[in-house]
Amino acid sequence: MKGILINSEFCTGCHSCEVACKKELGLVKGEFGIKLTETGPWKYDSGNQAGNWEWTWAPVLTKACDMCEERVARGKMPMCVQHCQAWCMYHGEVEDLVKKMDGKSRWILLTR
Amino acid sequence: MADYKEFLEGLDREAYHEGEFQWKEDGYTVTRTNHWSPPGCHNSCGVLLYTKDDKLERVEGDPLSPFVNGRLCVRCLTLDEATNNPTRIKYPMKRVGERGENKWERISWDEAFDTLEKKIREVWDEYGGNSILLIHGTGRNTGPMTYFGNCALKTPNIATYGFTGFACYLPRLFGSFAPIGDYHIVDASEGSESRYANPEFEPPGVIVVWGNEPLKSNADGYMGHWLVQCVQMGSKIISIDPQLTWWGARAEHFLQIRPGTDAALACAWLNVIINEELYDKDFVDCWCTGFEALAQAMQEYTPSWAEEVTGIPADDIIASARLYATTKPAAIQWGLAMDQQLSAMSLNLACCDLMAITGNLDVPGGNILIRNAYNATNLPLTEPVIPKEWREKKLTMKYTFGDDCEEFTTHAASDAVLKAMECDEPYPIRMCWIETSNTIANPAMDAPRVYEAMKRVPFVVNADPFITPISVACADMLLPVSMSPERNSCRTWWTPVRSISKACSFYEAKSDEEIMLDMGRRLNPEYFPWKDDIEMMDWLLTDCSLPDPDLFKEKSTNLSLESAKVNVTQFKLKHHELAERGGYAYDEWNSVYRKHEKGMCRPDGSIGFATLSGRVELVPAVYPIWGLNPTPYHIEPPESPLSTPELMKEYPLVLTTGARSWEFFHSENRQIPTMREMHGEPLVTINPKTAKHYGIGEGDYVWIENDHGRFRQKAKLSPVVNEQTISAEHGWWFPESDAEEPSLFGTFTANPNNCTKAFETGPSGVGTSIKCMICKIYPYKEGDVLPGEQVIKRGGFIKYTPGEGYPDYDEYKQNGYCYF
Repeated sequence: MKGILINSEFCTGCHSCEVACKKELGLVKGEFGIKLTETGPWKYDSGNQAGNWEWTWAPVLTKACDMCEERVARGKMPMCVQHCQAWCMYHGEVEDLVKKMDGKSRWILLTR
Repeated sequence: MADYKEFLEGLDREAYHEGEFQWKEDGYTVTRTNHWSPPGCHNSCGVLLYTKDDKLERVEGDPLSPFVNGRLCVRCLTLDEATNNPTRIKYPMKRVGERGENKWERISWDEAFDTLEKKIREVWDEYGGNSILLIHGTGRNTGPMTYFGNCALKTPNIATYGFTGFACYLPRLFGSFAPIGDYHIVDASEGSESRYANPEFEPPGVIVVWGNEPLKSNADGYMGHWLVQCVQMGSKIISIDPQLTWWGARAEHFLQIRPGTDAALACAWLNVIINEELYDKDFVDCWCTGFEALAQAMQEYTPSWAEEVTGIPADDIIASARLYATTKPAAIQWGLAMDQQLSAMSLNLACCDLMAITGNLDVPGGNILIRNAYNATNLPLTEPVIPKEWREKKLTMKYTFGDDCEEFTTHAASDAVLKAMECDEPYPIRMCWIETSNTIANPAMDAPRVYEAMKRVPFVVNADPFITPISVACADMLLPVSMSPERNSCRTWWTPVRSISKACSFYEAKSDEEIMLDMGRRLNPEYFPWKDDIEMMDWLLTDCSLPDPDLFKEKSTNLSLESAKVNVTQFKLKHHELAERGGYAYDEWNSVYRKHEKGMCRPDGSIGFATLSGRVELVPAVYPIWGLNPTPYHIEPPESPLSTPELMKEYPLVLTTGARSWEFFHSENRQIPTMREMHGEPLVTINPKTAKHYGIGEGDYVWIENDHGRFRQKAKLSPVVNEQTISAEHGWWFPESDAEEPSLFGTFTANPNNCTKAFETGPSGVGTSIKCMICKIYPYKEGDVLPGEQVIKRGGFIKYTPGEGYPDYDEYKQNGYCYF
């Protein structure tokens, strides 16, 4: 099974994945194949992060995502992965991707 | 992508047609090239352009380009929406209604060039070439524009007009050349084709992101996300910014500085690093001069003094200074905010001094020295081609105002141009050639005033892809400009050298290069001998010789010109050869570390830096010649909690402007549907507590007002700014709204330049305070007079005397100069 692995630690919220995908799938205004979520910003007053800031982005796959099946069959990267400016997205076999999850940063594995 | 080798190994090079310049794929023609403006930014990224029937259909990043590795921002990803935009100018046009009515009639290129040639020759005969002003925008291929201004229009007056204080890049360039003799940028191994896999490269141990958000701005030839790769490889972060950004949220130290006080922080860092002896004694001994004088001058700038000025706790100043000084290597990613304060030249010197005394210059993972690859020039400096009598009338601060400062740039000073335009002194501006500058929407400090001044110019030609507010307000002729995918050009700014290849076309649009060549041939054929744009690029890449070299023998007072004389391009490939080998070529100079130890910086091959003394001049000998104090200092913004406490009662907030967004480059991209889907309106960021205090809710329209004018933006409530500071966007106009006056595409509605001032600069006419103003905010009410109406129909916001600065605030109040 193919998947997309994201290290949300480094996602900068630049929207390149969203727009690259819209162009590939021909999606109109308001429709997405991949969509960013934004958490924060807030400053922690409590807990183990007291005094630190939180501001995290992470993309979610929509029903329209086909993991760029055709591109991948030709040896290319999915559009979102190719254009991810923060270089925090990886595409491949799920069992290979899982090995990257090192317990040190916040990884998210997306499949469909 | 912490492991770059893994990326390279995983790349299917065949799938991306390695070694091919053009190929067919699914009915498309694919062209491997680089993108650069318009629309654009300061970068030039490797792209694959998919065209069909001479039309751009889609764009991908080129994974085989080491500059981008396939990654693109949303501005390149929506290039099809820009290139095929139905609102583009398709043909040359002449004005048929009054200025401001937006009525045009199609003409042929021949008629356009005939008219322009006649107008130019008339100005030459009656007033001299100096009465022509060439205006261009930022980030463009500006080298050929200077050539065009000097050699075709025969004017020394070239400017990003309206932009007071040369407050973009020039202060950093000269603030770096003076102490170091070269420019520097953060090492992300961009000088090496093997990038992060270069065995000599190591990422900075700590990156100080100071006065810019590189992820959004990608400024000055630097791709911001390279630094994210460095963070993935282990770099820590110090963020110095009035706003929380991605960097601040991940930083060891987020120093939320009061806008306009960065030089105070820099001085305090120097104080700590010198007094705690955290500096690199070997480097200072072997390679620097002026340390004692610097150390002495920094004594007064204690962390507790800096706390009062900057608003950053002294303990944080001390701890962050220690982290920067003791981490090896460390790098400072500096940005535009350095230039947009009155202390610009001091601040940039202080940063260079910090890099030098901590031993972080010219080393892996530090601030490396950078030049244009192969010494290829992007700025053939040609002022001596202009007849002497006209050349000597260049509108510098010295010539126009008698200021005591040397001329050190190829450009005219904006305030001197403004004076000429407003009161015909020292002579009138009779013609403007605007090559893609959205002057009143974007750079013009005091936009309403520049608008009034431009109206006085008898003839204005505007070359642009779009009809913009300045086109409608004052253009008499419009020339359609090609977008980057429609253009043969090259990129020689930093490294690598890159080719830009034409892949499609749009009606009768011509590239900047084609327009200059066609017009130049008519006006001064000896200097425009090339048969087409490609031949012109071959000359720029490999030759750059001029018909009459004797003209350049005389020593010029212009320092840029003198330094350019020793630069000779070593590049050997012609435009098509460069395109066919993948579109880029890296050189050796930029890939080497510790150049100063290897005799690579100085023209004679001796070791050391390219300064007069051969050392890093911590206290630069040239600063006093430029009229500048040679040790770092702080100047308060002209209006601020410390400089004008009384005025703060009326304008209690600090206003910073011009923070970048993902979607836009200055005033560009406002016609692009996807951009406006993501970012529909101009946003002013306000702390939720501040907003509550002033009765402002999320999404409300808000007036932002100072003693000079007001503008309206939509409130975005966020804790990224503190309670005393608000942050407003720049460059907004609304292509979807009425073109004709008083709307002018709403260009005054949201324009922070209603509040900025001309004639307000730092020492020697350099630097401004447009990022550090004061203001009040209050909700917009239905029926309030919009700024366009105020400026165009009601006499503007304030009274001023043509050719002069502004009366002070009390005078305004007493005499009722404020009209709003």
